[in-house]
Amino acid sequence: MDRVLFGDNQFFAVNHLSDEKAREQAIRFKDDPSIIRVLDHAREAGINTFMCTTHERISNICDHIRSHPEVYRGFKIYPCMPYAHKFANAVTESGYIGTVRKYVPGNLFGSFAKGGIAYLRKDFISLMELLIDSEMKMFKGIQTPVIFIQNVLVDLILGLGMLEVFREYDLYIRKKYNAEPGYITMNMPALFDALTSVGIKDPIICSSINKIGFRMPGGRTIYEKYLNEKRMRPIAMHVLAAGALRPEEAIEYLSHFPKIESVLFGASSKTHIVETKELIESLMPEKKNFSKS
Amino acid sequence: MKIRGGIIGLGKMGISHAAIVNPHPSVEVVAVCDTSSIVLDVFRKFSKLKLYTDYVKMIKNESLDFVVIATPTRLHYPMVKLSLERNINVFCEKPFCLNTSEGRELVEMAGERGLVNQVSYHNQFVGTFRELKRLLKAGVIGDIVHFTGEAYGSVITSDKGGTWRSDPDEGGGCLLDYASHVINLIQEIIGRPVNAGGSILKKIYSTEVDDAVYSMLKLENNLSGALLVNWCDETFRKMTTLMTVYGKKGKIICDATEIKIYLSEANSAENLEKGWTMKYITELAMPVDFYLRGEEYSAQIDHFLKCVIDRKQTEINSFEQALFTDTVIELIKEDSKK
Repeated sequence: MDRVLFGDNQFFAVNHLSDEKAREQAIRFKDDPSIIRVLDHAREAGINTFMCTTHERISNICDHIRSHPEVYRGFKIYPCMPYAHKFANAVTESGYIGTVRKYVPGNLFGSFAKGGIAYLRKDFISLMELLIDSEMKMFKGIQTPVIFIQNVLVDLILGLGMLEVFREYDLYIRKKYNAEPGYITMNMPALFDALTSVGIKDPIICSSINKIGFRMPGGRTIYEKYLNEKRMRPIAMHVLAAGALRPEEAIEYLSHFPKIESVLFGASSKTHIVETKELIESLMPEKKNFSKS
Repeated sequence: MKIRGGIIGLGKMGISHAAIVNPHPSVEVVAVCDTSSIVLDVFRKFSKLKLYTDYVKMIKNESLDFVVIATPTRLHYPMVKLSLERNINVFCEKPFCLNTSEGRELVEMAGERGLVNQVSYHNQFVGTFRELKRLLKAGVIGDIVHFTGEAYGSVITSDKGGTWRSDPDEGGGCLLDYASHVINLIQEIIGRPVNAGGSILKKIYSTEVDDAVYSMLKLENNLSGALLVNWCDETFRKMTTLMTVYGKKGKIICDATEIKIYLSEANSAENLEKGWTMKYITELAMPVDFYLRGEEYSAQIDHFLKCVIDRKQTEINSFEQALFTDTVIELIKEDSKK
């Protein structure tokens, strides 16, 4: 994985520090060219991986990338699925079955040659695979070497103890997409233990890692212990603790954990993107790239 | 020894509560109950929990210290009642009951039996709203003049749809679902509403239930304020709750992420400057051991479980407080018919 990953929260009105700023961002990024412009700033600054949710608007961005193959040569996307609000709102509006009807691709009964919804009820793994395929459709023809499950779903599965789902996900992502499965979580130590317990080794785990313990349940100490002692490939997010930390002190903190492979951040201005990237590269120089991705 | 719990209702909220209760180190989730076969099939396949389709059987067969009830509002009364009769502590989804006489009976019953009773008004566990309450209590903006309590979201954005949330008899609609949160915040942070005027329950896309609620509330301390709630606003990605309180010495604007304080004079005791001060959830969030959708969802469950373990009554979100919210809901409903 690259040292620096560019995130998409700023494009889709996600701001952990301010709902008001989030709405301002929604206005600023109201059209696709405004997103593409910022993405190009990141690319020009040497960032070649865009980690993004499967938000409906990402499919337009993917169209743009596909139609400019020369410009985006070597550019990678790490999809993160599902875009939770899309599904949560659908469940509220139409119930569980209604949601499945809405998001399973094509004709439901066509998708299930063996017999529609009755079959689906008994075969959740096939349903999961169909939903993954449905979310992955928009990325066709684009490099997606790592594919993530979003934290709401990861932590829900973790909390309910339905750990077999992780193993099925892991297998399917490797087999169908020849990609590495990744996990976003707000509960890194517990997730690491859970993945280990179902035989998933050296997992790619993206979690909050910051000096003030923001969104690090259980506290900083246990996170630091896991970062130092466990075999995993950590990606740090919320590194600025949603803006509560100055970039220098934030990245300096990360530099104490040599296992951290990548840092995920999002920004809207060119200056901000360049500065943060340079800061990460100067304080966290890459020693050796172990990763396959 | 771990305390033993059960979950009744595995919709969006029930599953979320289950995922938070289950990893709690002091708890053993013994059983879950739902009527949806697709949900039960998922649990059967992937979890080790015992499953029930009938809550009466679950409550009678299992020896439980507490239950989490997350079913449509209509069902709260019989489920809570049976739990209390079996001396089981209860954490119940909001709003509490569809009518206040049922709610009153449950408040009395829980009190008489000394059982822990809490309702899921999670905003009371949001760091910024707690700070708002503290600052108002400390009198930083002087005498309060007026307030607005608002909530917006994009739950219903077309005229399709049809779950229990669109059925008034089940407890659906914006007043019960969305506005109840704001009413509860107003009553606990500023004062208890005793009168509603100019109330409008507006249908936008729904045919059976209200999609927006507008009302002028008068509080027991004679303060007045406006309630403005709409769940058909596509410009809000998720539910956003906003409280603005106007005082003689300043103003506070607060949502779940930030609190903005304007003072006409500095307040040295609170270390607040003249003019604007901002505080953020990053410094105000309650610490939790497991995070699912926001610290507040875990914090409210932690609080309830701690009360059960310590055998002490909750002071946050008790049945009585939730019943009061139901009372205001009735006031607004009645006023809207005038």
